[in-house]
Amino acid sequence: MEPSAAFDSPQALADALTGTAYLADEGLATVTWLAHRLERPLLLEGEPGTGKTALAEALAQLQGVPLIRLQCYEGIEASQALYDWDFPRQILHLRAVETAAAANRDGHSVGSSEDLEAELFDERFLQARPVLRALQEAPCVLLVDEVDRADDEFEAFLLEVLSTWAVTIPELGTVRARTPPLVVLTSNRTRELHDALKRRCLYHWIEHPGLERELAIVRARLPEVAETLAREVVEVVQQLRADEGMVKPPGVAETLDWARALAALGHSRLDPEVAAATMGAAVKYREDAERVRVALDRILTR
Amino acid sequence: MSATDPGTADRATAGQTTPDTAATSTLTWDAGQTLGGFARACRAAGLSVTADRERGFLRACAEVGLRSREAVYWAGRATLTASPADVAPYDRIFNGWFGGQPMHAVTPQETPRTSTVQASLEDPGEGVGPDGPDGEELVKAAASAQEVLRHRDVAGLSPKDRAALRRQFALLKPRPPSRRGRRHTPSHRGAVDGHATVRALLRQMGEPSRIRRRRRVHRPRRVVLLVDVSGSMSAYADALLRLAHTMVQAGPRTTEVFTVGTRLTHVTRALGERDPDRALLAAGEVVPDWSGGTRLGESLAVFVRRWGRRGMARGAVVVVFSDGWERTAPELLGEQLRAVRSLAHRVVWVNPHRGKEGYAPVQAGIVAVLPHVDEFIAGHSLAAFEEVLSVVAGAAGVRA
Repeated sequence: MEPSAAFDSPQALADALTGTAYLADEGLATVTWLAHRLERPLLLEGEPGTGKTALAEALAQLQGVPLIRLQCYEGIEASQALYDWDFPRQILHLRAVETAAAANRDGHSVGSSEDLEAELFDERFLQARPVLRALQEAPCVLLVDEVDRADDEFEAFLLEVLSTWAVTIPELGTVRARTPPLVVLTSNRTRELHDALKRRCLYHWIEHPGLERELAIVRARLPEVAETLAREVVEVVQQLRADEGMVKPPGVAETLDWARALAALGHSRLDPEVAAATMGAAVKYREDAERVRVALDRILTR
Repeated sequence: MSATDPGTADRATAGQTTPDTAATSTLTWDAGQTLGGFARACRAAGLSVTADRERGFLRACAEVGLRSREAVYWAGRATLTASPADVAPYDRIFNGWFGGQPMHAVTPQETPRTSTVQASLEDPGEGVGPDGPDGEELVKAAASAQEVLRHRDVAGLSPKDRAALRRQFALLKPRPPSRRGRRHTPSHRGAVDGHATVRALLRQMGEPSRIRRRRRVHRPRRVVLLVDVSGSMSAYADALLRLAHTMVQAGPRTTEVFTVGTRLTHVTRALGERDPDRALLAAGEVVPDWSGGTRLGESLAVFVRRWGRRGMARGAVVVVFSDGWERTAPELLGEQLRAVRSLAHRVVWVNPHRGKEGYAPVQAGIVAVLPHVDEFIAGHSLAAFEEVLSVVAGAAGVRA
C-alpha cells in the first residue's frame, strides 16, 4: 500500500499497521488517525508490555520516515532533549584559525572578529538532540518514551515545544518544523502526569488484549512459531493474567519473548517441564515465580 | 440530562446529514449543540473537561465525521478522558446522550456486576479477563478495591482480604533515611572542586575546561524497629512483622528488628529470608513470647543496655510499634524511652489505635512516653504503613 494512503481513514491506517505486523483495534486506529489529522501528540498509557513503544515504530515504518526516540529518565534536562554546542570542536576551530593567522602574519588579514564569532556558532557545531532533530527532519515520528519518569520541569518544557512546534536557539534563530512531526508519548503511570500536558494530547489507554487478539499478534510477529505452540502460550499467559494476584502480570511483550524462546529451543508443544524451564521469559519477579510454577502445573495438566 | 431523549436523537440524526466533505466539513448548528452538550455533560459527571478539551473534541468529530457512532465514541474518548478511571463514566454518558445499544459500557442494569468484579480481586479462583470494556472496568474496580483495602484496619480483615493485603506489601517501597557524611563526591551541582578543576586544566594544556564541582556524600542512617507482639497487639503483629520484613529487604545492612513482649528478641536475621511467609515462620520460631504479657519498660532496658548504648541506636531512627499497654510501672518505660531518645536521631512511636476515631492517648504507658517521642503516628492499615515509611524516610534533617 502506498504510504500516503495509510492516513485516508482509520480503517486504512489499521490495515497499513497490520502490514507492519502491528495489530491495532478500532479505538487505537481512530485515535492515532486523529492525532495525525489534528496534528496533536498522542499520549499512550497502559500496563508495561502492551505495545505502546511498538506503535511508534510501526508508524515510522509504514510512512517510511525516521523514528526519533527520546527515552526519558529522572533528571533529564532540556539540553539533553533539545540541542547542545560542540564545545571541543569550537575550540579546535579557534586553534586552527590562530595557526592560520600566525602563518599569514606577513600577509593579509584573516577577517574580522565578528566573522569569526559567526563561524563559531554555525550549524556544523550544533549537536541536535532528539526534539530538535524531530523539528529539523520532519516529517518524522518522535517517540517520547516513558515520559512519567522525567521530572515535572521537563514535562513543562515538553508542553512548550509540543504547543508551538518551534525551538529558539539564541545564536541561530528559531527552528520551525515544516510539518509537525507525529509525536507519540508513552507512560507507565508510575506517577500522574499534569493535566496541562494531557490536555494537549489525545489520550488512549491500551489494555491487555484478549485471547484471539493476542494469538493474532503472535502469528503476525512470529510467523515461525507453530500454531499449536502459539495457542498454548497465549492461553497460559491469559490465565496467568486473569487468575493470579501477581506483582507484575505478563504483558504482550513477554508473551512474544516466551514464544520466541520456545521456538528457538525447538519445542512445538508446551508441557510442565518445558514451561518451568523457560518461564523466566514471562515472569520477572521472584515473588511471582513460585506462584506461577504452581499455576503452570495446574493449567498444563488438565 | 443523560436520559435518552427522542429530540436529542433527532438532532443527532439531523447532524448526520452533513455533506461528505469529511476532511473540511463544518459541524451544523444542531450537531455542534449536541456535541457541545455532551462534552458539558461529561464535565458535570466529574471528568476534567476543559474548554480546550471541548474544542479538541469538536475538531476530532469534524475529522471523523458524524456518520459513524463508533468513530464519534473514540474521538470523544481520546479527547475528553485522561485516565483509565474516566472510561466508565464516559461510557455511561455517551450511551445516555446518544442512545442506542450499549457499545463498550456497563449499563445501569449491570451495576451488580461491578461488585462481582471487585469481589474477584480477593478470590484468585474467580477470573475476569482483562479484555476491552471489561478490562477497563477491571482496572477501575481494581483501583477501587485496592484503595478501599489500603485504609481498612488490618485487625478486622477477613481471611481473603488478609491474603490480598499480604500481596500489597510487595509493592511498598521503603527508602532509608540519610545523613550527610564528611567526605565529598564529584557532582554536577554544589561547591567548586578547585583541585579537580585545575588538574583538568593541566590535562588540556591550559585550555578552559568544565568547572568541576563536588558535594558531600549522603549515607543511610540505621533504622531500628521494635515491634510489640504482646497479647493486646496480636491482631497487628503479623502485619507489622511483614512491614518490618519489607524494610529489612530494602536496607539489609542498616535495618534491625526486635520484638518486645515479656522479653526482647532480636529477629533481624530471621527476617533476612527473602520470602515473606518463610521469614515470618522463622521469626515465629525465634520469638518465645507471642501474645504474652507486656513488659515494655524492661524490654527497652535490655535493648538500651545490650545494643543501644553500644552503637546500634546512636544516630538511628528508632521506631516503636506498640499500643502502650504496660504491665509494670510506666515510669520505667518513660525512663528507658528517654534513654533511647538521648541516643537516637529520631524516635517514632506507631500506635495502631492512633488512627481510630475518638482516640486519645490515655494509657499510662503512652502518657509516660509521649514527652520523649518525635513522631506519634497511626499504624493500623496499609495506608498508615505507607505513612510510617514516609516518616522514616523523611527523618533525615536536623532534630527539632
